[in-house]
Amino acid sequence: MSEPIKTDVLIIGAGPVGLFAVFELGLLDIKAHLVDILDKVGGQCAELYPEKPIYDIPAVPIITGHGLTEALMEQIKPFNPTFHLGEMVTMMENIGDPVFRVTTDRGKVFEVKAVVIAAGGGSFQPKRPPIVGIEPYEGKSVHYAVRKMDMFRDKRLLIVGGGDSALDWTLNMQPIAKRLTLVHRRDEFRGAPANVSKMRALVAEGAMDLKIGQVSLLEGGDGELSAASIKANDGAVTRVEIDAMLPFFGLTMKLGPVADWGLDLEDELIPVNTATFETSKPGLFAIGDINTYPGKLKLILSGFHEGALMAQRAHHYVHPEKRLVFQYTTSSTSLQKKLGVA
Amino acid sequence: MPKITFIEHDGAVHTVEAEIGSTVMETALRNDIASIVAECGGSCTCATCLVHVDEAWFAVVGPPSAEEEEMLDSAFEVKPTSRLCCQIKVSDALDGLVVRTPAYQGR
Repeated sequence: MSEPIKTDVLIIGAGPVGLFAVFELGLLDIKAHLVDILDKVGGQCAELYPEKPIYDIPAVPIITGHGLTEALMEQIKPFNPTFHLGEMVTMMENIGDPVFRVTTDRGKVFEVKAVVIAAGGGSFQPKRPPIVGIEPYEGKSVHYAVRKMDMFRDKRLLIVGGGDSALDWTLNMQPIAKRLTLVHRRDEFRGAPANVSKMRALVAEGAMDLKIGQVSLLEGGDGELSAASIKANDGAVTRVEIDAMLPFFGLTMKLGPVADWGLDLEDELIPVNTATFETSKPGLFAIGDINTYPGKLKLILSGFHEGALMAQRAHHYVHPEKRLVFQYTTSSTSLQKKLGVA
Repeated sequence: MPKITFIEHDGAVHTVEAEIGSTVMETALRNDIASIVAECGGSCTCATCLVHVDEAWFAVVGPPSAEEEEMLDSAFEVKPTSRLCCQIKVSDALDGLVVRTPAYQGR
């Protein structure tokens, strides 16, 4: 375990609502770190609809998911938040009154006075293929991400998918794998054209195999794969001997570890007090799509409002000795100094 | 209004009315067809609204666009008549359409 990072607030989720929370906290002199499982900021706006227009952000008649993310990043720049991307919060313990110790899947540890769950629809996690009997192999010989390439050295490797992840890992693994087979449902690839050409060249020179079809059957024992059957579109089945499989079918939202933090959940959502957006645990807040309360609407604009009220209450935990005076950015020189404009 | 029939993997049959100009995905959500997830809300970016169009109807519905075909790479058990139903617009020509929904949309 590494040395804990001590800061005021940890925000789980760097989507639009998590990002705007940095602004509202910053105005109240509260420093924030953000953790997101994606390798980029923006949450669903970045992952699901970067190019699609959003029409209901107040005073912004039309903006794309990407545009909104960029604008929020610009807006929160004065508060200099620290991002921990590509990491998932796995554990949260209450170790003080309130002090939270939060741990990520990369072993990073935070000690903070308040935690804000702004995790939207949950965490984006790899889609699991519906192959009968895949479960015992998962984590042992079926992997949805590569943390250590060396694990696959001299292994017979099956990579499934047709996008950038599948092609990138095919090209990275081909030199170290004993034999690599790429399986895709059609003979067209949506990955970067240069990588598609490199992969085709490797197939042409016999350095790897490409099979068109879908994985229909896995064989092995004790979590270790020994073979996979690939069903072509005409129904013909080929059997390939393998030691490991890497399926890349994109991401889907799952509630994830939030479910294990001892919170009362209603339909996988976290009930909150609408005066403070605090959960049943003092100092632990939930804002945006992941919370629920009477009249809740899953709108970005609602999440912004929730962040503003959350910050007022978080101030009580972070700066208990200070009286909070409500101020406007238009007229307060102290707020303007924080924003770097006064 | 055109009628659309959803046949779920467990055999449950739902014949529902669809609004012209809306999508088959929106029709499914309005009628609580649980096997249509539609995580991205119709942006053609998640592949969780997969349907298998009835073979007799596939010629009327037509094939997927290039963008949708790419997204189908992230779906499972894709067949030649599979479509993402957020990309199928309801029209009078689709009155009577039959689609089958898969057991698993990836979540």
